[in-house]
Amino acid sequence: MVTANHLIWVPVLPFIAFVVNIFFGARFLKERAAWLSVATSTVACVIALPICWAVFRGAHFANDFTWLMLGTTPLKFGYLMDPLSATLLFMVTIVGTLIQVYATGYMHGDPRFSRFFAYVSLFMSAMLTLVISNNYLLFFMAWEIMGLCSYLLIGFYFEKDSAANASKKAFLTTRVGDIGFLLGFLTLFTAIGTLDFAQMNTLLAGHVGHTALNTGLLSMAALFIFCGTIGKSAQFPLHVWLPDAMEGPTPVSALIHAATMVAAGVFLVARSFSLFMLVPNVLPIVTAIGTITAFMAAFIALTQNDIKRVLAYSTISQLGYMVTAMGLSGLGAGTFHLITHAFFKALLFLGAGSVIHGTHVQDIREMGGLFKKMPHTAVTFIIASLALAGIPPLSGFWSKDEILLSAFGSGNYLVFGVLLLTAFMTAFYMFRLIFLTFFGQARNHDVHAHESPALMTLPLWCLAVGSVVIGIPGSPFMHHWFQKFMAEMVHYPEYEPSAVVMACSIAVAVLGITLAFVMYLKKTTWAPAVAKKFPSFYRLSFNKFYFDEFYVTYLIKPFHALGRLLFGFDANVVDGGVNGTASVTMFLSGVKQWIDTYIVDGFMNFLGTAVYFLNSVTKRFQTGVVQNYLLLAFLGFLVFIILELKLT
Amino acid sequence: MTSHILSWIIFTPLIGAFTILFVPKSSAPLIKWIALATTAVVLGLVCHALTLFQPGLSGFQMMERTSWIPQFNVQYLLGTDGISFPMVGLTAIISLLACLASGSIKERHKEYFFLYLLLETGMMASFLALDLFLFYVVWEVVLVPMYFLIGIWGGPRREYAAIKFFLFTLAGGLFMLLGILSVYFAATPHTFDITQLVGMPRSLIFQQVVFMAFFLGFAVKVPIFPFHTWLPDAHVEAPTPISVILAGILLKMGTYGFFRFSYPLFPEATHWFQPTMATLAIIGIVYGGFVALAQTDFKKMVAYSSVSHMGFVLLGLAALNANGFRGAMLQMFTHGTITGGLFLLVGVLYDRSHSRDMNGFGGLGAKMPGYAGILTFFALASLGLPALSGFVSEFLVLLGSYQYSKLATGLSTLGIILAAAYLLYMVQRVLLGKLNPKWASLTDIKFVEILTLAPLMVLIVVIGVYPSMILNYMIPTLDALLKTLKV
Repeated sequence: MVTANHLIWVPVLPFIAFVVNIFFGARFLKERAAWLSVATSTVACVIALPICWAVFRGAHFANDFTWLMLGTTPLKFGYLMDPLSATLLFMVTIVGTLIQVYATGYMHGDPRFSRFFAYVSLFMSAMLTLVISNNYLLFFMAWEIMGLCSYLLIGFYFEKDSAANASKKAFLTTRVGDIGFLLGFLTLFTAIGTLDFAQMNTLLAGHVGHTALNTGLLSMAALFIFCGTIGKSAQFPLHVWLPDAMEGPTPVSALIHAATMVAAGVFLVARSFSLFMLVPNVLPIVTAIGTITAFMAAFIALTQNDIKRVLAYSTISQLGYMVTAMGLSGLGAGTFHLITHAFFKALLFLGAGSVIHGTHVQDIREMGGLFKKMPHTAVTFIIASLALAGIPPLSGFWSKDEILLSAFGSGNYLVFGVLLLTAFMTAFYMFRLIFLTFFGQARNHDVHAHESPALMTLPLWCLAVGSVVIGIPGSPFMHHWFQKFMAEMVHYPEYEPSAVVMACSIAVAVLGITLAFVMYLKKTTWAPAVAKKFPSFYRLSFNKFYFDEFYVTYLIKPFHALGRLLFGFDANVVDGGVNGTASVTMFLSGVKQWIDTYIVDGFMNFLGTAVYFLNSVTKRFQTGVVQNYLLLAFLGFLVFIILELKLT
Repeated sequence: MTSHILSWIIFTPLIGAFTILFVPKSSAPLIKWIALATTAVVLGLVCHALTLFQPGLSGFQMMERTSWIPQFNVQYLLGTDGISFPMVGLTAIISLLACLASGSIKERHKEYFFLYLLLETGMMASFLALDLFLFYVVWEVVLVPMYFLIGIWGGPRREYAAIKFFLFTLAGGLFMLLGILSVYFAATPHTFDITQLVGMPRSLIFQQVVFMAFFLGFAVKVPIFPFHTWLPDAHVEAPTPISVILAGILLKMGTYGFFRFSYPLFPEATHWFQPTMATLAIIGIVYGGFVALAQTDFKKMVAYSSVSHMGFVLLGLAALNANGFRGAMLQMFTHGTITGGLFLLVGVLYDRSHSRDMNGFGGLGAKMPGYAGILTFFALASLGLPALSGFVSEFLVLLGSYQYSKLATGLSTLGIILAAAYLLYMVQRVLLGKLNPKWASLTDIKFVEILTLAPLMVLIVVIGVYPSMILNYMIPTLDALLKTLKV
């Protein structure tokens, strides 16, 4: 029987798989490495699901131990199972396991096969730790380890310079956000004296509307913590790493860069929700960032030609949606979309992977007419796209509708409008992708497509089923059970379902799909014409708003230049000072040596010479002849006589 | 043995050193084995002392007191506590591993290992001496073998580097000597005994002047900007094991000096100096990080990263609170293990390629997977990846400094981003990308080399996962120090 105390095995099991695979994988396990990873992940799933189920039915688990003393405050590490973590745990174990099964087929024959699964297992371990963690520090630690896995997996084909660059870019960009996050919980600790989620919630819940807490400090904490979300969930202006992260193997894109890790940023806001609710001046910033991101990324996705990049921008856009929801105090809506998105976006990436696996090209301009050759892939891909576009009754519709409702209900009509426009673009670019990939004529006849093996298509179908049904718990069919379930944890405003919102949502989705159908299947001349008609918009979208160029010119290059400048300063000024002191000392000692040689020593030598000279003069008198001495004595006597006479 | 365990720890290397003098020059393997055995015995003795050490006590333990020069009240006074014992442990570990890594020394083994063991004696004694006069003597004793070890077995510019190191440290040391003498003459009765000197009232101006004198001595060693330029030269020229000792232990003698002498002797001056200390810490962190980013020489990059990382120790010292001190102490230990490891890894690559130009490498990840894995591990540890020890110490330092100054903390986090930048840039240039055909014949890391690195990796992981294990030894002493400082 599974009890809550078995929860500890959920992150530990994948970690064991990591250790075994990294040390013994390449030599002993080889292809079996995959089975070890899949098996541990499956067992983790089997342990986690009953516990999640218990939480869904109202249970609550927590356990901890003292890890470190912060001053006199104990910092306790442990797990916290509340509605939020149970929801995430449910999603991560299922999606994660399915992706690993898929990866077993996808990565088949790769020379670094076991290392791939080692990294993936480490990632799973970190993600699961993050989900069940009970405090900010443990959360942050898992968060950083995920960043590491992301780094290692993006750079998995590290012989390629583009992959090496992308991995470094991802790590550094997210690190900027992570430092904000770190400062955020340092600030929080200063403000409320704890890093524990449950303690924070209790402490802050009693203070809504009161001024007992330093709201300035709390606002700062919330803002800094949100920086972590901006980095990890690829929000504007730190979104630039995610599209490049597509250099990694496709299952990685699905697992880390679509379904789980990037969602951790949104999860962070959800975890800190009581904090954000307390500092209402931060929420508009969250909303703004989310909305800008959602719109901008969807706009870029319109013109991209790499199948994975389109999906990457779509992910950024959808993450923007979730963040917007959080900014509008829609904890339920944001989390709901996080879960549904994880299913259908993982499916989309795996489908894209299947296409790449079958065709060995990534550019959608070289595809076309793949529906017949890859029926499983195509059908599941279309299901996922419909879910993403927001066609009822698929999951994406319900969650997107909730977010639109939050905007509409709270009176943010501008946000509502932008989100609707984004939803329209989403439907358009997804079906542009589908029509170009699966329909029409095959454009490149060198591509010999084939359907992927069952090991890959089976997870596709599982996720497809998930994409269809996972929206039910939040839909009117279950009386919005999910939203109520979330509200048990932290109270947040809820809105009455609105027919207007639903109608708008469906209308833009259908419009988008129809337009794509016309432009890319019926009147294929339209698309280039539109691009020609609005060249500046097209270029802006195609070149991703020139963010990369901007950062390179105004951030990265100046950083390196400053490094070189300071190194020059160090070598010439600081060290120059040292060497200068040495030179001056050497010069002075040279001067002193001269003085020594010519003045001090010169004087001494002069004395010696003088004595010697005098001596040489006087010694002439010392002849040793008595007559000379008598003569001298007589002369002396004469001198005295003369002097005596003169004086007297 | 138990009653004089600290003396045994200090003098065992000396016994080993003199034993080596009686071995003929030609039997190099025997000399190596004696040195290795000696350092191993020292580690054993330290482990024995660990069993005697009572972590709950805040005062000095295992003290040994003998009169040495009675006319001047100079004593042979040893003792250890939660500040010095971790440093003694670090010295024992690093000395053993660096000795094991001394395979790159190809000439004059007898002199090398003699000086090496003499150096260990000096370092151990520096961490254990509680008499200021004795401390000064052993502090200078460290200098002499180091000078020769760099000057004889070093790289092309070894003489320059050795003299620079020697003069820099000696000059700083002389100021410290003046400070020591002032403290001695100001105390009634005249004494060098630190246990008696702590707590004696001193006027603020006296404290300030003498604090500065001590500061100059310690600042050179840490090193603190702008006294740091000997460090890159010394590191680049020194042979690998000596670089490891230098970064792993010698730098810590500076920050240890603050904990042991400057802070408890001059509490008011400590408070007065706090803003300057924090400023210097931040300059070190950011400046060191930027300069490290600009390096093309692998070893020089690690050397400048040391300047940056030691800045965190200073920042913790400047915080003057529990978390800051704990972080600083822990950072001293972890920096020794992490940077020591990085220097060993630079050496592993240099032994094979005779090059340290990072731009000239590339793609070694496929050619040397074992080396790549270990180098990546140490790079990650150095950039402060959680679950590895560097993270915990930096986190504690930041938590401490945050209570002191938000601005200082905010600025210092730039150093963390820079650390990620220069280390990942290094990893990319050395390990990733296409293999430079010039290095196609390089062999992967050998078992002996792994043996020098594995213990460090274990320490890094263990401390990173459960830091209380080592922090529990430090906390009582550090908390007592805070009481002395009246904060």
